[in-house]
Amino acid sequence: MSLLEVRQVSKSFGSLAAVRDVSIAVEKGELRAVIGPNGAGKTTFFNLISGFFPPTAGSIVFDGVDITSTPVHRRVLLGMARTFQITEIFPELSVAENVRISAEVAAGYRLRPWLGRAEAAALRARVDEVLGLTGLAAKADRLVGELAHGDQRAAEIAMALALKPRLLLLDEPTAGMGDQETYEITQLVRRLHRNGNLTIVLIEHDMRVVFHLADRITVLDQGRLLAEGNPREIAANKAVQAAYLGKVA
Amino acid sequence: MSVASLPAARRVARRPLALALVWLVLLAAPYWMPFLGGYTALGTRVLVLGLAAMSLNFLLGFTGVLSFGHAAYFGLGAYGAGLALKFLTASTPLALILGTLVGGIAGALLGALIVRRRGVYFAMVTIAFGQVFYYIAFRWSSVTGGDDGLRGFSRQPLHLGAVTVDILGNAEAFYYFVLVCFAIAVALMAFLLRSPFGRTLLAIRENERRARFLGIPVELHIWLAFVISCVFISLAGGLDALLNNFANPHELHYSQSGDLVIMAVMGGMRSFWGPLLGAALFVVLQDYVSSLTTNWMSFIGLLFVVVVLLFPRGLLGFLQRGSDK
Repeated sequence: MSLLEVRQVSKSFGSLAAVRDVSIAVEKGELRAVIGPNGAGKTTFFNLISGFFPPTAGSIVFDGVDITSTPVHRRVLLGMARTFQITEIFPELSVAENVRISAEVAAGYRLRPWLGRAEAAALRARVDEVLGLTGLAAKADRLVGELAHGDQRAAEIAMALALKPRLLLLDEPTAGMGDQETYEITQLVRRLHRNGNLTIVLIEHDMRVVFHLADRITVLDQGRLLAEGNPREIAANKAVQAAYLGKVA
Repeated sequence: MSVASLPAARRVARRPLALALVWLVLLAAPYWMPFLGGYTALGTRVLVLGLAAMSLNFLLGFTGVLSFGHAAYFGLGAYGAGLALKFLTASTPLALILGTLVGGIAGALLGALIVRRRGVYFAMVTIAFGQVFYYIAFRWSSVTGGDDGLRGFSRQPLHLGAVTVDILGNAEAFYYFVLVCFAIAVALMAFLLRSPFGRTLLAIRENERRARFLGIPVELHIWLAFVISCVFISLAGGLDALLNNFANPHELHYSQSGDLVIMAVMGGMRSFWGPLLGAALFVVLQDYVSSLTTNWMSFIGLLFVVVVLLFPRGLLGFLQRGSDK
């Protein structure tokens, strides 16, 4: 069964149709890339999936549950976590605090006035685990706002991971990165996917990253679904080349 | 280099020492204040307004939401406690609790209408609701005494088992009574801010969008912070009514809300104790300068401008930063 099913969703802002009648189905354990030229509606599409705003038409089903009108924080509890194109973190808190808040909410402690000793210890272990996984252990006490761009992106992914998601939505994880940082994030995403058995949907501009990582690729163009297939099929697709790859090359 | 990037151990080691110093200064205030030309009631006023500013700052500094109408809840606490003493009970603690309940319940009801607004709109709506209470206190003369304020009540002796403490005639005794209330309120706020719940408030302050996408129902948490803040500021208002044996409608006016914001920002809204320092400065300056000139507010305004320009993190924020270097 598909973990995520998007059924004929559309989103209009006034007269602008940003997403038009797009359907996709993402299987459990899949790594799906969403690509398309600027203005293709990729981020709008992500915002619809994660609940940033409701679709104008269509429905979204997550693990068999219709979540079309489910508020953001409940979608997170259902197991959906996301990162943003422009890094969204808690700049004046330390890396560990950023991840800790996330882990506390995931554990259902958000209204707790205190934690038991065992709960606190389990939480610390969880934070350490996520920091280790994302390569941030050595920077745990640094303020996130002071980190290099690549580390901030990693910290945002760490916060998403601490939520123990079943579906991870990454909006251009390598945006604004140099080659080395891009490589590191790519390796991280690949590790999460392979070892963590995580279902991942990512928007990405860097075609090396996309073809390196993705099981399947969805191509959007002017808000419409242009093509979908495995990397080889997409690379060979004439319509995609015309709309997208042709312009880049 | 910023404060928090310093080795955490060094900061933690300093904290108990600084904390002990704060409490020592407060505990000994009735003894050292006279030497500096102060008097006990002035110290009590610092505690009362300090608690009010710290309560406001629970919302402003630690949730990142600016209320410009918090004087209303301060005033509701004052009138609640005053009316309770006048008509309902001869028990000072019970009157305080009633005043706190009145302000807290009003905060809970109005907060539910306010929490969906953000930024300037949040501030505007809080002013509007605040002014509603101001006009009620100002116009409903038969109950509130109108422009003359609420009179005809006074704080009653405390009965602690076998001992009776005269907090009316003995200014020192009343100071320590207020200090105990202050300590309980402040300890509760500090405790909440260090909890998982408190960290969700920091998360909302830092980045509301991220907080929402971590699974925090942001409106609910802002509402809770608003109610908590209103409860404690109502307690401060009740104490203020006891201090003066009088409740003044102008304490509900939005200019009073502005004064509380000034205290919090001047003292340092990112530091827990900053607003107390701001309140101390404000109250003492008001006391000294107003005996010299009626234009005392322009001096406080000038000081405020200087502090904001030179120490954007407030006085305490600046001092903490300096001492960590």
